[in-house]
This record gives sequence, structure tokens and C-alpha cells, in this order.
Amino acid sequence: MAERSFAREVEDLKLADGEVFRGEGILAITKALLQCGVGYVAGYQGSPISHLMDVLADAEPILSELGVHFESSASEAAAAATLSASVMYPIRGAVTWKSTVGTNVASDALANLASGGVTGGALIIVGEDYGEGSSIMQERSHAFAMKSQMWLLDPRPNLPSIVKAVEDGFALSEATNTPVMLEVRIRCCHVTGSFIAKDNRRPAFSLAEALDNPVRDTSRIVLPPASFQHEKEKVEKRWPAAIEYIRTHRLNETFGDDGRADIGIVMQGGMYNGVIRALTRLGLADVWGNTRVPLHVLNVTYPLVDDELVAFCRGKRAVLMVEEGAPEYLEQALAHILRKADCPTRLEGKGIFPVAGELTATVMLDAMTAFVERHAPDLLGNRPPVPDARPILADPKVKALADVVPPRPAGFCTGCPERPIFAAMKLVEKELGPHHVAADIGCHLFSILPPFNIGATTMGYGLGPASASAFNVPASKRSIAVMGDGGFWHNGLSSGVGNAVFNKQDGVILIVDNHYSAATGGQDILSSRAFNRLRATNNSIVAAVKGIGAHWVRQIDRTYDVARLRDTLREALTTTETGPKIIVASSECMLNKQRRLKPLTSAALKRGERVVRERFGVDEDVCTGDHACIRLSGCPSLSVKHTDDPLKEDPVAAIDNSCVGCGNCGEVSEAAVLCPSFYRADIVQNPTGWDRFLARIRTAAIGFLQRRHAARRIAFPA
Amino acid sequence: MSVAEMVGPDGRGGIRREDRPLAVAILAMGGQGGGVLADWIVALAEGAGWVAQTTSVPGVAQRTGATIYYVEMIRARPDASPVLSLMPAAGDVDVVLAAEWMEGGRAILRGLVTPERTTLIASTHRSFAVVEKERPGDGIGDSTAVAEAAGIATKRTIAFDMAALAEANGSVVSASLFGALAGSGALPFPREAFEGAIRAGGVGVEASLRAFAAGFDRAGKAGKPDLPPKGPDKALPEPPVRVGAPALDALLARIHDEVPPAARAMAYAGVRRLTDWQDPAYADAYLSRLKAFLAEIPAATTLGFGDAIAVEAARQIAVAMAYDDMYRVADLKIRETRFDRVRREVAARADQIVLTTEFMHPRMEEVCSALPARLGAWIESRPGLFRALDRIVNRGRRVRTGTILGFLQLYAVASFKRFRLGALRHGREMAHMEAWLALAGRHLATDPALALEVLKCRRLVKGYSDTHARGLSKYDRVAAMVPRLAGRTDAADWVRRLRQAALLDEAGTALDGAVKTIEAMLSEAAT
Repeated sequence: MAERSFAREVEDLKLADGEVFRGEGILAITKALLQCGVGYVAGYQGSPISHLMDVLADAEPILSELGVHFESSASEAAAAATLSASVMYPIRGAVTWKSTVGTNVASDALANLASGGVTGGALIIVGEDYGEGSSIMQERSHAFAMKSQMWLLDPRPNLPSIVKAVEDGFALSEATNTPVMLEVRIRCCHVTGSFIAKDNRRPAFSLAEALDNPVRDTSRIVLPPASFQHEKEKVEKRWPAAIEYIRTHRLNETFGDDGRADIGIVMQGGMYNGVIRALTRLGLADVWGNTRVPLHVLNVTYPLVDDELVAFCRGKRAVLMVEEGAPEYLEQALAHILRKADCPTRLEGKGIFPVAGELTATVMLDAMTAFVERHAPDLLGNRPPVPDARPILADPKVKALADVVPPRPAGFCTGCPERPIFAAMKLVEKELGPHHVAADIGCHLFSILPPFNIGATTMGYGLGPASASAFNVPASKRSIAVMGDGGFWHNGLSSGVGNAVFNKQDGVILIVDNHYSAATGGQDILSSRAFNRLRATNNSIVAAVKGIGAHWVRQIDRTYDVARLRDTLREALTTTETGPKIIVASSECMLNKQRRLKPLTSAALKRGERVVRERFGVDEDVCTGDHACIRLSGCPSLSVKHTDDPLKEDPVAAIDNSCVGCGNCGEVSEAAVLCPSFYRADIVQNPTGWDRFLARIRTAAIGFLQRRHAARRIAFPA
Repeated sequence: MSVAEMVGPDGRGGIRREDRPLAVAILAMGGQGGGVLADWIVALAEGAGWVAQTTSVPGVAQRTGATIYYVEMIRARPDASPVLSLMPAAGDVDVVLAAEWMEGGRAILRGLVTPERTTLIASTHRSFAVVEKERPGDGIGDSTAVAEAAGIATKRTIAFDMAALAEANGSVVSASLFGALAGSGALPFPREAFEGAIRAGGVGVEASLRAFAAGFDRAGKAGKPDLPPKGPDKALPEPPVRVGAPALDALLARIHDEVPPAARAMAYAGVRRLTDWQDPAYADAYLSRLKAFLAEIPAATTLGFGDAIAVEAARQIAVAMAYDDMYRVADLKIRETRFDRVRREVAARADQIVLTTEFMHPRMEEVCSALPARLGAWIESRPGLFRALDRIVNRGRRVRTGTILGFLQLYAVASFKRFRLGALRHGREMAHMEAWLALAGRHLATDPALALEVLKCRRLVKGYSDTHARGLSKYDRVAAMVPRLAGRTDAADWVRRLRQAALLDEAGTALDGAVKTIEAMLSEAAT
């Protein structure tokens, strides 16, 4: 189960011809797939395309009615390999993942797929995780399209355009026997809008028909001599076919070109809205898309249609290429095209734009201004005032904020079960000194931030243990590799654990198991503990690592037991046993647990059942304000506050009502021998008669002692 | 809207420069409901026949990190659909909604708030970032800096504690923010349209509407924006002349007779603390110690310095004499007032039963130091015995103070506090205090500013067990530098910097750096 229900979004998938779909971009793509008669969809969850997977996971009745197969793949490589179904059979298939990381993982299968080519339309929807909000290295998926010669669509970022791109993508793929990538950026995936829906279509050719009537053709298999033939086919047949299709079906668009303008702008489709807005601010366009500067929008960024570009550029003094990210493949290609065509038009691009980084509104405005000023200053005429925050940003009072506004990166949630794991690691670090810690991708990577500051490198999803494999030499300390359950099943079982067993790795592997693929939205994976009607869950990580040959394996089924984790970790770091030392630390993701339990609890309360709510608190007069507890926690509900006590200068710790009573505070203060300020309050809601009877006796006895104690004390009146 | 969107840009005709979308940026932290708020605004605009678009970059920011949602809207035209931006532009945002005070500051820093255009609607409550909370000292960012920046950066500021308002109405900050947006009049839609958007959302409608109404009313009232709520002022009442108990009245009389007026309130706070901590006799000893120290202040000291030193001495001597030990902890935890406070803190209703569990982890060090001095020293000098006893003592103990037996355990410990002045720990604490006061006292005549800074360094000693030991070691490192700096005109300044550095991080890395800087400076001066 994903962390939220997509029941309402599933309803949107049922919209019929002429009805209006309203929603976010990635869900529009999902609906478009069904409208295009897709036969199967596979993928690996991750921002910004998680919702596509989540909605389809909840849409089982619709999918089975249409005869569409949906699969949550084990990895992007598995998802890409799924497209193999479209090699021999006229079945449309789509896969999706976060890019470029997912495309990296998938590229083996993609290269094979692109070499042999496809019969049915094969669409690869890549969520380009670039710029603000991204959680990965800043690269471009463009390179993958070029190296394998797959076509790359980059539609304008509005719902009708991206829905059309899905349709175009399948058709282009079929017309050219080539897989097609559809690139959608983060903001485009989450942009809201609407489009006129069409009826969903059953796949023209079903997977069952394919299974019942198998076809093979050795010329499609990547093995000599066919592989050499494929290379020729790509340039001699598929490429020209693509150019022809793109031109005939006008996949690229030109706006505002009356043939008389001196300048023009060429752009990736995804940059269109930003370009229009920058020109609008300069008075050269308006919010309705009317523009005085001709625009050529590349909804297909690979391959480029040479003569379309030459036709747009010819007769213009200068054109500007608006291209996000580095290297500037498109600009290089356009320069090459113009040179070959002997077209003297001056080409601007990087230089006017910064070479690296997102094309933010400010960057776009600055670049447009520079371009027009340089090549057509007359256009600017009587310039309207351009919005400019620079004067206010230069004010000392505003500048002073830079030292005051704290960085607020994402971190562990309230009650997160991974927090105590890193608290235990810090305690061990205090005993045994710092160790080399190889981190991995997942929520647990928040350990690198304050207050934990643990983790030296990340080398890719599930590659934490593999990234520590060189450190297999005699030394006084062992390496520690962290990996989540998501990374473990993605590839870590073989690349990490198998690799360590085979090479007799002496390090420690810590597998953080929170019962979900939590960072991507709480999807189920093999070892999820929930029952899932459509998937096989409850497969043990411990059994898997033992099956692959690990011997020193410890399962800790309650990560909040900080002392036990600390002791287990210490043992793993100091034992004389050889081979990998594997600790599986398991507790359910608190975000998902709360979502699961909250409705159940409130229902039980409504029924009048006895429910005990646990919460932690801090005695403010016992706390001395040293914040040692916070440095071992960082929980959002554990904060600080100033008191009215003139003898306490520093703020004391305080826990607010968002506390979920996970127990970490108590366990940490015990294990780290912190201070006795923490208390746990068990709040008995809907107490039974026995509860009330016991409480009456306790209150009477304790009250008597309290009064006696107070009477003995001489005190100033409050 | 759908029909218009199908038309697409036509490229014909003139440029409609005057058509400008309204831009709203929402700065929030993951989990604050920023997405819901953005959806409400879109529903609001669409309901009024406008075209609206929102987008966001949540990613992993959904996990407590700062994030931004962006909405644009424009009155629809039948013949064209707008091209709306996917990201806010510096200097071109009409309304910024900040779901927390520092996020408002972040919006200003990002250039999203400009005096020509922007209405800033910000909740004044603080949710502290990890870097603010983890410092051993006070790392909380200065809220007034945001207010000052807002004073010049916005066209209009609407600021009040929307989180508290939402909580009082059983909802979350997004609802009261939406109410404040409606009440601000910054968007051209009537109140009913806003409420319609909440109803259309369908989740937690009634509570959201209540919080919305509260936010609406508050924003609609004219007046200056609120400043972020400060912490409580320090409770420093002037000492009364008498309270009716002879032992206490004698103490009060001493305060009035012996303490300079400026320090009387602080000395009264000290007397109350020490009476509570031990008994009136101990508070009397405090006043004697304070008096002795104050007598060392030369009469020639400028008045301001003399007063500052007196106040600081009154504060820090009380802190030093009321050190934190297990008697104190037990004494505080068993009080009726504490039981009541816990019920309040956990928001327990009258019909609910609250049972508390305390998390204690005494080590042999603490137990030993609480024993009579000679016995404690005897055990300490026998490491084998000490370790053996530590194995018995040193473990986490959960005391259920809500039960009779659990309560009795702490009650017993608290009752033993009458023996505490003969305990090993007490002798050590007093020796440490005397050394510290002597260090400060040495400079009272020659460099009162330095003496004041040395007094303030007592703040470094706090916490329990290891934390306490680390605090002591930091104090020692700073104290060791005092004789070396003494005589320089900037000695006080350096000691202040050392203390600030010591409060920056746990291990004392910043302090070590500051010490190195001083050493380099001193050796340079020597050559």
C-alpha cells in the first residue's frame, strides 16, 4: 500500500470521451496510456513519477477489465527489460522511473532493446529529477537517447501537450521500430491542469495472444551478425523514418514567425512556459502565448530535424538555444547543422545562459534580456519596468536574514524508526571512534545531516555495501555499510551481500528495514509485512541473506531498542568472526504506521473502547538545557523552549503534542545515560471500571504522600 | 477553461500586455498541508471562472523539509488559454503565504517578496530547525530579524500565530492561512468562494472552516502585524519584606540589607531556589557567600559594572549551589504540581487516567558521590569494588511514578536529601565553586569586565553524567585561558568569545579552535 489512497485519482482514469480530466501532469500521462491502448505498464517508483505507479497499483479493477498488465518492477532494469514484450509483438508497452538514476540502472536493457528495435510502441516515461526539489546528481537523460538512438520527446509543460506526447510517442515508436523516451520534469509532473479525455482502449493485441502464438526472429536478437545489422538499420532506416514522421506530423511547433523577424528562439518543449514568461516581462509576448519573437519549440529533442531548424534560422540575424543542463548537446547539434547548411545565423546559448543549473525565472529573464539587447535592441523599445528583487535583496536588513533563516533540509519524520539506529551508531562511535560509513539511497541517507552527521559516500541505490568492498584489508577498524530494504531488494542482495559473502568481506552491513519502499511513497516491497492481495509480501530479508551464504546475521525487530542496537553493532565491529556481519534492523515506517493506525484508533475510541495513548514529555525544571538528547534525535516533536526561570539561561527541551510516543527519547536517554528529564505518559482513554478503581487508590495514596512531603518543606509562597 | 486550453497560442494579433496573472507562493514544511492549501486556491479560482495552475517540487521535501508550492491564476478568455509559469520569479509574486515565521524570512531571502507587489501573510509561530535545537547553548534564530526585513520588503504584512489559531479550532495551519488570505482581500474573490473551496475538498471540512473563519476575522482587523511570540519573560519579582514565616523573613531581611538594589530580584530568585533545593539555612549560606563576593567589588567600580557583576554573581552562585543531583530530581518528580503539569502538557482530559514512567540511568559515579564523603571516597579509591558495584547499579531504570511502589522509590530518595550536604559530591561542588569565584575575584579590582565574563562561564557547567563532565571540561579549558589573557585590554572580550564557542557544539571543536587562535595570538605577541 502506498502511503496515501489514490481512490479518487483512480476514478479519473475512467473518464470517457469528451469528459474533462482535471489533475496533475503525471496522472494525465497515466490516463493517456490507457487511452492509447497500452498493453502493459511497468516501472520503479520514485519522485516525480511515483503517482503514476501508485494510481495504477490502486486501479486493478480497471486494468483487468481493459486487459492491461501492471507490474511494480524490482528495479528500473527489470522495468526496461519488460519492454521486451514489444519486440516481436504489436503490443504497446510503457515503463517509467526517476531519471537519470533509473535510466542508469535500466541502460543495459534499454541498449539491447534499442539495438534490436521494437514492433509494438515502446514508451519510456522518464521523470527528469533536475533542479529545485531534486534528490539526485544533476545530469541529463538526453545522453541516453543519443547513445542508444532512442527518440526523446520533451513536450511543452501543459496537460494537453503531454497527453498528445504520449499518443505521438507510441505512434512514432511504431513508425520507426524504435523505443521512445518521454521526458517530463518535476514541475511538469506536478503541474495541475485539464484536458479533454478520450475513451480507454483495450490493447489491439493482447499479451495472452502473444503467449499463445509465440514468434521469434533471430534478426532481432543482439548477437552478431544481427547486432551489426542493427547499427546500420538505426541510421539507414529508423532515423530517416523518424525525421519523416516528426516532420509530417508536425511534432515540433513554431510560434509567431512571420518570416520578417531578425531573431528567434529555439527551445526544448519543457522550457516553453519559462520563455514565454520572460518575453512577457520584456513586453515581447503575453500570457496568452502571443509573441513578437519567433519561437521554435522542440517537442522532440532527439533526433533533430535539420531542415526545419535551418528554415527557422535562415534569414535571422541570431537565434538563441534555450537548453537546460550540461553538456549543451542541442546547441552543439544546431551549430553543426547551421554550419553544414552554410547558414550564417549567429547562434547563442550557453554563455548567455549559465552553463549549469536550472533555468529559473531570473536566469531566463536575464538571458532573454541579454540576447535581445545584443541582437535586436530596437524590439525592446519603450521598456516596461521589469520585476526585479535585486534592490530589496541588497538591503542590509534583508541580507541579515542569511544568518538567521536556518537551512531546513528534509529529515527523519516524527517517531521515525530509523532515528534510534543512528542514535545507536553515534553511541558506538563515542566508544570505538569514528568508522568509515558507506551510506545508500533512501530515507536513512538523512543520517548525513545534523544531528547525526553519519555517512561518507553514496554510490547508488542498493550499492552501499558494494561501495565499501575495497575496504577489505586488515585494519584496526571495520567499515560499516548502510542499506535500506528498498535498496536491498533492488539489487543490494546480490551486489552488496552476495558480493561481500563471495569476497569474504569483513565489514558490517546494516540493513534498515522499515517495511516499505518508504522514501518513494511507502510502496510495498518483497519484505513488506502487510498482506497484499496482488503481490507476494512477507519474504524475509534474513532468510535471503542466509540463503546467499551469510553466517553472522542478527535480526532486531524493534529498532527503538537503542541499547540492543548499540550492543549488536559493537559486537559486529569487534567480533573475531570473519565474513560480512549483517544486522537487519526492522520497524515499521512511522508515517505509514500512523496512517494505518489513526483511523483504527479513532474508530475504537468512538466505540468507547479502552485505548492507551503514549506520549513523551520533558520535566522543564529537571532539564538543564544542554540539548544532548536533541543531538541524538532531531525528532521534529522534540524541540526547545525558553522558561521563566531566571537561573536557566539556555532554552530547555520540550516535546509537543505531535509526539507519537515511539519511545526513542526514553531509550536514548537510558542508553546514552543522558538525564532523567524524560517521562512517558500513558494516557488511558475510555478507562474501564478497574482502571478507575486503581486510579482512585493510587491518587489517594500518592496524594497523601505528596501532602506530607509538601508539609515538611518550608517554601516561599508561589 | 478546457475549451480555452485547446485553442493554444495563436501568434496573431497584438500583445495583451495588461493581462497579468496573479501569483501566489506558499512556503511550508513537509507535513504542513501546503499542497492542500494550493489545491484550495486553485479550486477557488476555477470556481470563479478563472484559469489556475499549481505546481510544486515536493520530492523528499515531504519529509519535514522546507518546500514551496506555486499558484498562478488569470481570468479566463473564451478564445485563448494562458501560458502560466511553473515557478515563482523574484520580484513578481503577489501573495506569499508562509506557514512558519522563518519560512517567511526564506521567502524574503529568495526575492519573492518586494515592496511594489507582495502581500506577505505569515504565521508567526516558530518550528525550530535541527541546527537551532542541537546547540549546547541557545541556537534559536532571531525572529525579529524577519520582522525587520518584512518591514521594508513587503507591500503589506499580515502576521499572527496562525498555528495556535488553527490548533484552538481543531485544525492545521493551512486552514487559518487560507482564512487570512481571504481576510486580506489580496485575491478578488468573496469569502463564500473560499469556503466553497474548502467544502469541495471534502476532508475535515468543519474544523477547517472554523480555523478559516478565525484566520479571516483576525486578518481582516486593521492594525500592525504581530511580532513572533517571545518566550516568557524571566520571573524576577522584587523580594517582599516579609511572608510570615520567621525563617524566610530572616532571609528576606538579609536580601534587603546586604544586596545592592539591582541584584535583589536575582538574589531573591536564588534564595527561593536554594530554600526549595535544601532548606532556609542553605539559602542563608548562599546569601553569606554572595555577600562575601560582593564585598570584594571595589567601591570605585563603575556603577553599571558593579550592578552587572552583582546580578551575575547572585544568579551564578545560586546555580552553582543548586547543582543537579538525584535528590533534586526525585524531589521535583514527586510533587503534586508536577503531576498536574504533566496532565496539562499531554493534554489529558478530565476523564482520562495518566500514568507516568520516568527514565533514569544512575551510574556508580552518581550513587557514590551521593554517599557520605568518607564512604564515597573509600569506595572510589577501590576501582575493583567500584566496578563491581557499578555492574549492579549502572542500568536504565524505569520508575513508574504513577504507581504507589514506583512513587515510593522516588519519595524515599527525595527524603534523603537532608544528608546531601555531607555527601562526597557536595564537597567537590563547593570546592569547584570556590575556585571559580576566586578566579573571578582576582580580576574584580583590575579588570571588572573580565571578572564578569568569568562569572558567566558557570553557564558551561550543566547536564548530568557525561554531559556534565563535558561541561566541566569546557569550563576548565576556558578557565585555563583566563590567567594567560589577564592584563590585556581585550581579555574580557576573548573570554566571552571562548564561552560562546564552547556553547556551539558538543565536543568543543569550536572552543578548541578559539583556544588555538588565542594561543597563536599570544605567542605572536610574545615574540
